[in-house]
Amino acid sequence: MVTNAASFGRSGVHDFILLRASGVILACYSIFLIGFIACSAPLTFEIWQGLFSTLPMKVFTLLALIALLIHAWIGVWQVLTDYVPNTALRGVLQFIFVVTALSYLAAGIVIVWGV
Amino acid sequence: MNLTFAVYRYNPDVDTKPYMKDYTLEVQEGTDMMVLDALIKLKEQDPTLAFRRSCREGVCGSDGINMNGKNGLACITPVSTFKGNKIEIRPLPGMPVVRDLVVDLTQFYKQYEKIKPFLINDEKTPAREHLQSPEEREHLDGLYECIMCACCSTACPSFWWNPDKFVGPSGLLHAYRFLIDSRDTATESRLSELDDAYSVFRCHGIMNCVDVCPKGLNPTKAIGHIKSMLLKRAV
Repeated sequence: MVTNAASFGRSGVHDFILLRASGVILACYSIFLIGFIACSAPLTFEIWQGLFSTLPMKVFTLLALIALLIHAWIGVWQVLTDYVPNTALRGVLQFIFVVTALSYLAAGIVIVWGV
Repeated sequence: MNLTFAVYRYNPDVDTKPYMKDYTLEVQEGTDMMVLDALIKLKEQDPTLAFRRSCREGVCGSDGINMNGKNGLACITPVSTFKGNKIEIRPLPGMPVVRDLVVDLTQFYKQYEKIKPFLINDEKTPAREHLQSPEEREHLDGLYECIMCACCSTACPSFWWNPDKFVGPSGLLHAYRFLIDSRDTATESRLSELDDAYSVFRCHGIMNCVDVCPKGLNPTKAIGHIKSMLLKRAV
């Protein structure tokens, strides 16, 4: 059996489930946002701020940000293990990516909860 | 009609790097021939050209090559399949080249070995044989026909990048053939062997394997079934 310590999930099945679950959340979030923008034309700053100031939208956005982190973490791990055979280089790239993704998550939380 | 064949040539004992060599073959107008027949004629022109072949009727799986960018068996691919007068012949992609169109399939066979391609049954040996109902036998259709030509696995990018970890479409088709066999009792241990991030889950379902299989099999579907089996025992 091959191990995958650098991926997000504990096993291949775990990665598989996480990828799909996070994909569903991201799809729902995207469809909702596109629908909202389409239905609230002309979109003003007040409408946009009003949307993000509600608790359900803050929670939905947080869920989408976490889903994005998980989805991208697993996806990038898969791409790197395909195309970067050098273990040291792959480790460095994975570290840079994960730190960046976590920073985006932290920034996203601060911004959304600041509205 | 003159057909031009651009053939991949590489003899590691002589050449520093691979190169493409053009050959011309005269084919009578209105007639057709298989790519293998053309290669045999080219070998008459140039006896140093190396390729594998055996049964010449799509059963042994020896002559898997890449023709105009697509893997297939030379013996059952008519030259008329290809548009234009030039056909590019290369070895199966992603595998180390032994010489010209002959590739080293060690890694491919290692993956086949890994899935234990034989029936495991720890029940009491019956007096005559392990019986199977016609319905149970039907489950094996579309799986047992694989001739291991390696056309599918060598068309799979996941296998190119991780041939030591990803079992590959051919190996997984065989794995499912034994997982679904009613006479096999090692389903759990077989699934445990495949339950990691590479062996099965490196398949992203791009279906190159289905596109090139000369026997018309569907490894992606079999891999999907294995994923479902792994999923069911995990959740």
